[in-house]
Amino acid sequence: MKLLKKARAGTLESGDIFVTVEPSDRLEITLESPVKEQYGEVILQTVHKLLDELGLESGLIVLSDQGALDCTIEARLTTALRRASDRGEDA
Amino acid sequence: MTRDDKIQDSLAQAIKDSGLRDGMTLSFHHHLRDGDRVQNLVLAECARQGLRNLTVNTSAVMACHRPILDHIKEGTVTGIECNYMHPAVGHAISRGALKKEVIFRSHGGRPAALERGETHIDVAFIAASAADRAGNCNGQGGRSAFGSIGYAMPDACHAGYVMVISDHLEDYPATPASIGEGLVDAVVIIDSIGDPGRIISGTTRVTRDPIGLLIAEYAAGALEASGLVRDGFSFQTGAGGASLAVARFLGEIMRKKGIGGGFASGGITGMLVDLFEEGLFHSLLDVQCFDGEAVRSMIDNERHREISASTYASPFAKSAVVDHLDLVILGATEIDTDFNVNVHTDSSGLIMGGSGGHSDTAAGARLAVIAAPLIRARLPLIVDRVGTISTPGRDVDLLVTQYGLACHPGKKELKDRLTAAGLPVRSIEALKEKAESIAGVPAARKEKGRPVARVTSRDGDLLDLIRQIS
Amino acid sequence: MRRSLLFIPGNRPNMIQNGEVLPADALIFDLEDSVPAGDKDAARDLVAGALRALDFGSRECVVRINDLDTKEAKTDLDAMVRAGIHTIMVPKVRGAETIRSIASLLSDAEGAHGRQEGSTALIALLETAWGIENAMEVALASARVTGLALGGEDLSADLGCPRTKEGWEIFYSRARLVMAAKAAGMDALDTPFTDVHDFEGCERDALFARGLGFTGKLCISPFHLKAIHQAFAPSQEEIDRAAEVVRAMREGEKAGKGAVSLRGKMIDLPVVRQAERVLALAKAAGLLDDKELDHDPR
Repeated sequence: MKLLKKARAGTLESGDIFVTVEPSDRLEITLESPVKEQYGEVILQTVHKLLDELGLESGLIVLSDQGALDCTIEARLTTALRRASDRGEDA
Repeated sequence: MTRDDKIQDSLAQAIKDSGLRDGMTLSFHHHLRDGDRVQNLVLAECARQGLRNLTVNTSAVMACHRPILDHIKEGTVTGIECNYMHPAVGHAISRGALKKEVIFRSHGGRPAALERGETHIDVAFIAASAADRAGNCNGQGGRSAFGSIGYAMPDACHAGYVMVISDHLEDYPATPASIGEGLVDAVVIIDSIGDPGRIISGTTRVTRDPIGLLIAEYAAGALEASGLVRDGFSFQTGAGGASLAVARFLGEIMRKKGIGGGFASGGITGMLVDLFEEGLFHSLLDVQCFDGEAVRSMIDNERHREISASTYASPFAKSAVVDHLDLVILGATEIDTDFNVNVHTDSSGLIMGGSGGHSDTAAGARLAVIAAPLIRARLPLIVDRVGTISTPGRDVDLLVTQYGLACHPGKKELKDRLTAAGLPVRSIEALKEKAESIAGVPAARKEKGRPVARVTSRDGDLLDLIRQIS
Repeated sequence: MRRSLLFIPGNRPNMIQNGEVLPADALIFDLEDSVPAGDKDAARDLVAGALRALDFGSRECVVRINDLDTKEAKTDLDAMVRAGIHTIMVPKVRGAETIRSIASLLSDAEGAHGRQEGSTALIALLETAWGIENAMEVALASARVTGLALGGEDLSADLGCPRTKEGWEIFYSRARLVMAAKAAGMDALDTPFTDVHDFEGCERDALFARGLGFTGKLCISPFHLKAIHQAFAPSQEEIDRAAEVVRAMREGEKAGKGAVSLRGKMIDLPVVRQAERVLALAKAAGLLDDKELDHDPR
């Protein structure tokens, strides 16, 4: 997968996660979360697992979490990455 | 000042005359909630007069009391004793703002400590919405009315010097004399004791959240199944939206079955007033009015009685209201598999609350029910060990969540009744597993530093220590 | 059981999560009208993820996909079949052709994702004049169709009349839908009540729908679930009659009889099925426990 442009997905509502992705020459992941202490590692594992599956090796990924479950994090990140790698419509 | 007229020229003069010295203890009450001006005014004046090392003994530290952090930095205040601390101040305390440990008590434990002589108040600053020149005062008259002045009554009885601060002077004798002139040393009239819009929060509302309503429905169903909802029963619930919903569903059950309740107690809201005025409860015993409806009802209705914090819950008094209580609905930030409840600190260990009447009512009531969502923004309610023991597990009977109910192991009859009523009864371990299967298992807590607060039971024993978070 | 089917906007993770505990008989995860155009992909990802990860128990999980005319529909179907959905709700069904197209796409998706052919059911949402007039052929268009549902808001717009609580503007449509559903032997699901705070109004509407022969009701707010379940609960008389039938069948079986009669009339299969259905509803409404079945009130 190759990122072509900046894209985002999700909202700042409780239980959701707001994800922004954009192309970059290196991989940088930033996580803000009220449950960073309790779930920070698990969240980053979920992110890395998805990036591995999609074969993404570089990109600027910013995650603004509001206590989202892993399935929500995976879904929002999937959406954002697809939007960012899509030649077609705007995010 | 004379025996007929105790009105001081100014707050500054009054503080000078009170004999307040370095190292002494001042007290306040939190009936003005987030609209209070008095505590900040008094502490600012103390700072101006160069007083240092003062201890503040208050029923609760609210968000509007944030300036206390500045007074701590400058050395005016070096100790705090309270029953509740808003995170606006609590977080800073958790991070080490205060050298001396905060003493957390409960609404019943605070007067008990005064009655036992464990703690002493040198000067009590009592905000009243109406007062006369001799010091008779209440929270019902004037434009800053807040209703019950119950938390301040023990202060008036036990403090060395009692100063009433009001923004509404009435002709002698002010009525009612919730605090009587015989206990008052000085009276100060200022422009405004507080912001009426923030003293009383309009009408407290029943929650609209479907999960909160589901929990409330299960809780009301549990109360009914317990067999304790019968003629003359007594009830208490919190002021949050979900707690109020329980009161509403309980009202429906009482109406359907034609049950007449005895008293409802605690912090009183419009919802309880409605049930009382409908005739479903015989009396309201009020230590704190949460909304305008409660204030109005206290003024209008004889059987809506103001009670002192001591009458409400002091274990040192000959008896107290909580000792007669049948049912109480309480909240929790955390509960562990031994049913210990935490209402002091959040999942990171930061101070964000306090017992209030939690440990008192749980100890006194026949049935203490914790009603709370199983998961809050991914964080599971049920943990292996609570960060802070606010209320010990032996005083907690039942946990109600949207995923099911869990009975304390010692309550087999209750469990059988709930199961027979068709309620989803689970073990607390099963509910914990359910939460973790949805949210994941949270990482273990970080190591913490020196104690920043002590949590004491109403008998004065140490329940737990709260430690510093870096 | 389909007394209540609760719509859950597919782009709201918190509401999807809450779906686990809300007491609806079935959940409809919506990818269509409650999701803004720019977020169709996001909703699809969320719902697919939730279906795989969360535990909705034994409840039926339905997804309302986008209109077949949109570019989203095919992607929706593929993603949902892959995620293991039980039932697809098809919006704005015009006629048998819509159903046949969807059924064909479903077969493809089931094949592609290793699911048994025909394992995904359909509920046809009739919300246009065409749909209502073609109700019968829609119901018979595919064996996958297990229910016809009414979309009152879009329908009244198509008819050019205001939507009212009294509901005369959709009266004929309701009756026609029920007729076709009954003739074809499937569920008839009424349109949702839209005033979130009017509990009594919802109960009246649901009782009226039940009186017309609807077997359940679509729902847009958890506050309506109780009212709907109350309206679709059987009466004591219905429960007693159903218990009688089931008892007679059991006695007949024990005695080794091939055919059973009650009060001089033969009890045939549809009667037994209806009786079992009534008892299931009664049990769900807490009006019956198994022991009562054996006790003859006479």
